[in-house]
Amino acid sequence: MTAGSLVLAASPPPRARRRWFGERTALPGFGLTFGFTLAWLCLIVLIPLSAVFIRTAGLGWSEFVAVALSERALSAYKVSFGTAFAAAAVNGIFGLLIAWVLVRHDFPGKRIVSALVDLPFALPTAVAGIALTALYAENGWLGQYLVPLGIHVAFTPLGIVVALVFIGLPFVVRSVEPVLADIGPEIEEAAQSLGAGRLQTVRLVILPAILPAWLTGFAMALARGVGEYGSVIVIAGNMPFRSEIAPLLIVTQLEQYDYAGATAIAAVMLVISFMLLLLINLLQAWARSRSID
Amino acid sequence: MRVATICLALLAALPSLGCSGGKSSGEVELLNVSYDPTRELYRDVNAAFAKQWLAKTGQTIRFNMSHGGSGKQSRAILDGLDADVATLALAYDIDSISRRRPEILPAGWQARLPSNSSPYTSTIVFLVRKGNPKRIRDWGDLARPGVKVITPNPKTSGGARWNFLAAWGHGLRSGGSEAAARDFVTRLYRNVPVLDTGARGSTTTFAERGIGDVLIAWENEAFLAQRELGAGKFEMVTPSLSILAEPPVALLEGNAKRRGTVQLAEAYLRFLYTPEAQELIARHYYRPRDPAVAARHAATFPKVAMLQIDKDFGGWGAAQKKYFDDGGIFDSIYSGNRRR
Repeated sequence: MTAGSLVLAASPPPRARRRWFGERTALPGFGLTFGFTLAWLCLIVLIPLSAVFIRTAGLGWSEFVAVALSERALSAYKVSFGTAFAAAAVNGIFGLLIAWVLVRHDFPGKRIVSALVDLPFALPTAVAGIALTALYAENGWLGQYLVPLGIHVAFTPLGIVVALVFIGLPFVVRSVEPVLADIGPEIEEAAQSLGAGRLQTVRLVILPAILPAWLTGFAMALARGVGEYGSVIVIAGNMPFRSEIAPLLIVTQLEQYDYAGATAIAAVMLVISFMLLLLINLLQAWARSRSID
Repeated sequence: MRVATICLALLAALPSLGCSGGKSSGEVELLNVSYDPTRELYRDVNAAFAKQWLAKTGQTIRFNMSHGGSGKQSRAILDGLDADVATLALAYDIDSISRRRPEILPAGWQARLPSNSSPYTSTIVFLVRKGNPKRIRDWGDLARPGVKVITPNPKTSGGARWNFLAAWGHGLRSGGSEAAARDFVTRLYRNVPVLDTGARGSTTTFAERGIGDVLIAWENEAFLAQRELGAGKFEMVTPSLSILAEPPVALLEGNAKRRGTVQLAEAYLRFLYTPEAQELIARHYYRPRDPAVAARHAATFPKVAMLQIDKDFGGWGAAQKKYFDDGGIFDSIYSGNRRR
């Protein structure tokens, strides 16, 4: 294969005219890899997702509205997306901070701290939920001090946010880190030597450069939070209209052997999630175009 | 090429992984799909049955047990889990197998074995904290303001449905009307601060997190919680009225025929009714059916008036629809609570 790519690399550069599929590039195997990409995405993502919509289609429109847009379902969406958004925002701020510290500073035990960041990925989420609940319950290490102050974490929506912050921690850190490392301190020094203040450097040089990566991390944390079940179910208390998340409603429907009802709620969640991710993608494109200017 | 060789080797290994070692003629396999709290019970029952079967036929049995939420297990069987027998928490969950896939389990399954196909029963009791500080004696006390009640969500937990129905039965008997019963369960569920998704979750919330004054639990779970989670920390209170919980067992004929295990599975389920198995059942705090065994353990299981699902609630199908399906009475408690 090395011989083939050498021959191609030696061939004249492609013309600038852009055609969607016939475009010639210096890289070989576009047809094969693109075909494989499509097939793989279909197999792993599209077919399961379309099964959701096909099963939902088993419901009439009025049934769909009755299940997926009931008062209870609406409040569950609100809880799910609200807490996921809050958790992603918290992770956006503190994840950025952690990434900054990890990239810009050297300190003993840095490797260990860096490994700690990834730990929430490795832990089964139900375990995280149980640990957090034990911590924040009325008789827990933290709960015993917080509850007298009137701060109830376990078995409230706040508990859900805490669980999702834990679950989503690595996303922002890991997506911002490489970009931040790429910028390198010399760009900051250049900005400063051109007369920018500390704040100006951060605001005008660093933040625009890492914004697309930051948005990616935020979006992934958000998406993860919306879909999270295992940890949330343990800490939420699951009170209808208060701390009941949409994935629990889906399980409830399955418990009634109502597959169509379950997929109806799932379809609504998918559509909302897709629109959110699309919006974030657009924001990203916009941020990227600005940072290039 | 080396990569290709490794790939080929992996491919060749796949099928053998799938069936995990061929069966020798002297070994048979049995998959029992059960619900959560029966783990310890079936460990003992399986060992006893395997010994008996080996003596009788010379075959060793390899048991595969699957435990999980009752509804989840039933869905797994519906979706094609090759179970020989199902031993679940509610007749409703086995019924839905027979309703949707009669080729696996023909209708009328519950009449095929003695005592409604339920070799053991249980009932609902209260677990309170040591010394019973809130003086909880009966159902009425659970609806008192200031009492915190822990019970799982009946929409996701089979056990919680028994709890709800027992409470409803009390409301109906003491109040004399459906409206009174509805009012009683509404007041009771307003005292519930956490709705866990399963019975074990509720036990943990009550016993380990220290939340609530009373846990409505299966009798066997209450015994287990007392033994495992701290002797002397809790007390059991038997209410004046409870409900007869009959966790049924069934031979999944379609699967067993295909796997050639019909005889074995049938003998296995029949074994549950023998004095030997009944004794094990009683030791695991399920109420045995065998009168002699029951008499031996009479001190453990107090006598209590019990509602019956078929007689008092018109069977699981009707009860599920009226109380627990979407828009049922349980849902209306919460939409009513919310407006307050």
